Amino acid sequence: MPQLTHLDRLEAESLHIIREVAAECENPVMLYSVGKDSAVMLHLAMKAFYPSRPPFPLMHVDTTWKFREMIEFRDRKAAEMGMDLLVHINEDGVREGIGPFTHGSAVHTDVMKTQGLKQALDKYKFTAAFGGARRDEEKSRAKERIFSFRSAEHRWDPKRQRPEIWNVYNTRINQGESIRVFPLSNWTELDIWQYIRREGIEIVPLYFAAERPVVNWNGVDIMVDDDRMPEELAKTAVMKSVRFRTLGCYPLTGAVESTAATLDEIIQEMLLTTTSERQGRVIDVDQSASMEKKKQEGYF
Amino acid sequence: MRLTDDLIATDIAAYLEKHENKSLLRFITCGSVDDGKSTLIGRLLYDSKMIFEDQLASLEADSKKVGTQGENIDFALLVDGLAAEREQGITIDVAYRFFATDKRKFIVADTPGHEQYTRNMATGASTADVAILMIDARKGILTQTRRHSFITTLLGIRRLVLAVNKMDLVDYDETIFNDIVDDFYAFADELATDLEIQPIPMSALAGVNITSRSDETAWYEGPALMEYLENVPVGDRRLSTSFRMPVQWVNRPNLDFRGFSGQIASGTVKPGDRVKSMPSGKQSTIARIVTADGDLPEAVAGQSVTLTLADEIDASRGDAIVTADDPTEVSDQFQVRILWMNEAPLLPGRRYLLKIGAKTVTATVNAPKYGIDVNTLSDVPAKTLELNHIGVTTISLDQPIAFDPYDANRNLGGFILIDRMTNDTVGLGLIDFALRRASNIHWQAMDVDRHALAEQKGQKPAVLWFTGLSGSGKSTIANALQKRLFALGKHSFSLDGDNVRHGLNRDLGFTDADRVENIRRVANVAKLMSDAGLITLVSFISPFRAERQMARNMMEDGEFIEIHIDTPLDVAEQRDVKGLYKKARSGEIKNFTGISSPYEAPQNPELRIDTVNRSPDDAAEEILDYLREHGFLGA
Repeated sequence: MPQLTHLDRLEAESLHIIREVAAECENPVMLYSVGKDSAVMLHLAMKAFYPSRPPFPLMHVDTTWKFREMIEFRDRKAAEMGMDLLVHINEDGVREGIGPFTHGSAVHTDVMKTQGLKQALDKYKFTAAFGGARRDEEKSRAKERIFSFRSAEHRWDPKRQRPEIWNVYNTRINQGESIRVFPLSNWTELDIWQYIRREGIEIVPLYFAAERPVVNWNGVDIMVDDDRMPEELAKTAVMKSVRFRTLGCYPLTGAVESTAATLDEIIQEMLLTTTSERQGRVIDVDQSASMEKKKQEGYF
Repeated sequence: MRLTDDLIATDIAAYLEKHENKSLLRFITCGSVDDGKSTLIGRLLYDSKMIFEDQLASLEADSKKVGTQGENIDFALLVDGLAAEREQGITIDVAYRFFATDKRKFIVADTPGHEQYTRNMATGASTADVAILMIDARKGILTQTRRHSFITTLLGIRRLVLAVNKMDLVDYDETIFNDIVDDFYAFADELATDLEIQPIPMSALAGVNITSRSDETAWYEGPALMEYLENVPVGDRRLSTSFRMPVQWVNRPNLDFRGFSGQIASGTVKPGDRVKSMPSGKQSTIARIVTADGDLPEAVAGQSVTLTLADEIDASRGDAIVTADDPTEVSDQFQVRILWMNEAPLLPGRRYLLKIGAKTVTATVNAPKYGIDVNTLSDVPAKTLELNHIGVTTISLDQPIAFDPYDANRNLGGFILIDRMTNDTVGLGLIDFALRRASNIHWQAMDVDRHALAEQKGQKPAVLWFTGLSGSGKSTIANALQKRLFALGKHSFSLDGDNVRHGLNRDLGFTDADRVENIRRVANVAKLMSDAGLITLVSFISPFRAERQMARNMMEDGEFIEIHIDTPLDVAEQRDVKGLYKKARSGEIKNFTGISSPYEAPQNPELRIDTVNRSPDDAAEEILDYLREHGFLGA
């Protein structure tokens, strides 16, 4: 009798969660952020419904500041998989010229990401949205249910979480409410990498080390990805062998110096590293409970 | 521990091959902050190098600022995730933690100990293989230890670690440890007869007997906690070995493929196996086990697969595909144990939604036979169940379901209860056995009155009175509305001029007196239907205000909803679907409303529908919104 490994069990649980949403929720969507966790989530969705296609579209909330390689990868991947891809940009923010260099990370993230996401969910009236968040990422996420409910204003109320018993999920919502569903809740960063390796899942090349132009901004090395970087700053660029542990807006994503150019080398580096994954994200360093606060405000 | 493995640095590929095939153990820790539960988890994470430098730095800073351990690291701060928890120094919700050793990956559900958070503990326990019960060596077995033991075993955990902590504070005294263990065994006999209990003396703070056995307790011969966790068998050993898979999703990419997707709840399955679809009992043979990685020769409990069958049998979401050799039972009435998890108490006789596997049905929960005091395990009288109370009762469903008793198979015997109005998960339940005959049920004294009848249908009765000119669109809109109500599972009936005048009112003509009698009779029929709990759609021209008022007065307050289908005469006449206006104009029909007889438009109808600028479907949606907003449709 085949013995299930930890990756087998995690995969089976995720497939169950994804199918349950497709079967019970009226209008689901999969939020696709183009990162490695999204890549795994999309792969799991393809598996869950095989030989059918997943019965929901992908959606990317584009802040307009993502790495160019991410956008190329996104469009190619969606086409290859035969998935419908919705791209939403907060046009109000674009009109006001919001950006990380001019407005700082907090304002930029709030307007282009949080508000953009709310706009998109309202626009398409999605009742359930898959997200690739994991419980090992952050303290308040560790306490969030797999099916996490949001009010009509997209707010999370950590004190009113529904009990979640066995794998029997209550997917019912009241008018205007919606659900965030996290099929990767029980995966760790190492699980994600091991699974990418086992399944041969393609990820954005930015995860692999290469010579890239970087500048030091607010103590973090960031990559010069286009000419919107202030000239003064861009002038200081030097070529370094770097890679990214997470992917987001290029001015807000810290590069790590590395020569890890293969999957095995990345995992090796990760296992030997001494800082946690989110440290490269400028968004989290403000205050220790900032993720919890952002979630309450509707940041996924 | 991950950093201790030299292979990471020397041969990462070999390391990854080795670590791809770990097993996974899920366990729960129960106890209060004082017992050192958070310290234990922090210790496990720390010792397995799962705490990174930046996390450690912020932990050290927080420990000095708000910690309770003086200059030492306060591990509790690591696991209390919510701002409210850190401020109040309490644990409110389950936190999931992850760590891995060379042998296993672990998922820890760290659960709050206080009675008011029992439902959170149940959430954590429901997916765990093992429970660690934290006990303060200075205090011994407390009421809360009993409660935690009861909840975890109720949720199906059979392997318990009795973690007698803070042994450093009692000089690692063997006698104290043994007394506590004896106390617990005496109590555990009442819990279940098939428990496997592993007592371990330890000090989480000092790291004694956590990763390896320590000299401080030389008298102790059992395993250290980590040794136990790495070697205890994974999974529910009571799980039935008979094949069961609830159908989650019917996979139909094209006309040539019809698969049944689901996660195997128990047993194994191979192509060629004889299976039954329950509750129908129709038999077939497994043709293929389809996955994206190719067809499988065999699949086992826990796997998510798609099965195809040799015969075209009709199975849909919520059905269970089970081995034909040992199929599940099927019933619609059960004795169950329920843990109530909502602030609003159980209302006996009320209809709740019950979800079991992938199946959702409507359940009437009867008044408890008795409650169980979770602290003493004794039976107590109970008329209802309040938050965190446990009781034994009977339920009856609106349709039969496939099931196994919970003690034989927690995947097919455990269910949740959902409130139909608030959509909250209000309770969890465990099926003990089916009540074979309806007469076995001890029905609570409950009059079958109009409220009970409506409650049973999950709606509030209403009389939707459509009034308007001939050809205004009353019946068309009522029809569109009724289809929507039907699709929502609501119970309705439609009365219109055509169907009533051919039978009940065929003795009536179109004089004013007959029109009044016509409406009187129809209103009475609507009233009876309303008493039966139905949403009744009445589509009559009903031209006179007085008669519509009479009908309104007959109904309960708020149940009469006057809907004026406000189509102007010229528009209705232009439509003239039945050619009646033409005949009226030519004098062929006498007393025709709008032409030769008056129409008194309603002055304050609940709804006025303009049909000139909108479709019947839009009109039906507007009425549906009204019903929903005013609570007629239940949840």
